[in-house]
Amino acid sequence: MVTVTSSKQTPLYDLHLQLGAKMTTFAGYQMPVQYKSGIIHEHLHCRSQAGFFDISHMGQCRVSGEHAAEALEKLTPGGIVDLKPGAQKYTVLSNAEGGVIDDIIVTRNASGLSLIVNAGCKDKDFAYLRSQLPADCLFEALSDLALFALQGPGAAAVMAKFAAEAGRLKFMQACAADIAGSVCHISRSGYSGEDGFEISLPQADAERIARLLLAEDGVEPIGLGARDTLRLEAGLCLYGHELNETITPIEAGLQWIFKKGHRDFPGAEKILAQRQNGAERVRVGLLVDGRIPVREGCAIVHQDKQIGYVTSGSFSPSLSRPVAMALLDRRFAEPGAGLTALVRNSAIPVTVTSLPFVPHRYLRR
Amino acid sequence: MSETPENLKYAETHEWAKLEDGNVVRVGITDFAQSELGDIVFIGLPDVGRVVKAGEQLAVVESVKTASDLFSPVSGIVAEVNEAVTDEPELVNDGAYQIWLFCIKADNPAELEQLMDADAYRTLIEE
Repeated sequence: MVTVTSSKQTPLYDLHLQLGAKMTTFAGYQMPVQYKSGIIHEHLHCRSQAGFFDISHMGQCRVSGEHAAEALEKLTPGGIVDLKPGAQKYTVLSNAEGGVIDDIIVTRNASGLSLIVNAGCKDKDFAYLRSQLPADCLFEALSDLALFALQGPGAAAVMAKFAAEAGRLKFMQACAADIAGSVCHISRSGYSGEDGFEISLPQADAERIARLLLAEDGVEPIGLGARDTLRLEAGLCLYGHELNETITPIEAGLQWIFKKGHRDFPGAEKILAQRQNGAERVRVGLLVDGRIPVREGCAIVHQDKQIGYVTSGSFSPSLSRPVAMALLDRRFAEPGAGLTALVRNSAIPVTVTSLPFVPHRYLRR
Repeated sequence: MSETPENLKYAETHEWAKLEDGNVVRVGITDFAQSELGDIVFIGLPDVGRVVKAGEQLAVVESVKTASDLFSPVSGIVAEVNEAVTDEPELVNDGAYQIWLFCIKADNPAELEQLMDADAYRTLIEE
């Protein structure tokens, strides 16, 4: 008997093909890598105008019940209990060894706590949450929802046109809003470093709403290729690269997600000790000399001794040069430090730099 | 996508090769290759004078998303490289069959007979 495992499609699969997307399989889904104009154009368009992203492959679920926030807070170093209605928080699910099960976004809304998790982690996450949450918490996988991102300096005007209340949100706030008759949950967030929104909506409405947004002046579709270069320039962690089960949130530079005084979460002993004393290795940015991209897995050396490795690296369309992020021995991680990346047979000079490479432009107040 | 020129030979690894006077073989990447790679941001060329065997890795093309090795279609010696693509690698995206990358002075140009003609290459990339 032959087993055929075919990859899944998002509700926009046909639209992606009509838009000329080059498709690839990512986390089990057929996703657009890029459209006709290419990654560099898409990237720069998102930085200068507005980009539309189909991120329906990501996992969406809801945790509800009287004690849902307390229960979820026991699984993360971040604060959940104090989340106000309509507020959202980026945090991680930590494991007992101090590593990261996944990085997630938690939003408190009328029906409970909504979570967005990584596509490649969702089966693992959902099983974990089901096993960890107490019986009085209701866990629901929201598998009938699509998810879009609208990012860039032009995003707010487009969003305000369709949903005025969404246009008034600040960074990491969310609301329910109607877009052309579809009940959506909209947050002012994203993963490009730009101002923008994420829109959760019923799959049945997905293509219709996508076409409405794409018809707006200045809005172009952006594939996963540019999504990756945008988040790299923004210095944001990508699960499986800067984060995994063996990298702690302190090593990844996520000190800012912690809730002060919170000590009751998996791996707390190790993670809080690192928080107090510093970790042996830390995530940094690297500016790369010359034109050769320094990619994931490249060794970083100092005087012929390996002191770290590249977690993500590519060409930065905004800076027009290669950049990378790396996990480095903290003794060599000071901004300005000159190090060497090994690419094939070449020794490439790199300089440690603070992140992000391109300033964030979130609407904070 | 542009036409696959009839006057070139094609390797399975998506290089095109053109035999010129004096047993010189001019090499570039196909339009299919540049399209699959996407925006090209770096091309690493071999040193002139390097002795190569057919099938040996000789150059690298890097796009935003990936790195891809190029192989010599014939044995010989690197006679010339196209320095223009060092500064403007994106030229290859704009015209893969107009922009050559390196020339090999071939020991035995008959090695080119091992490569595909345009028909066979079109069949390969349509699969």
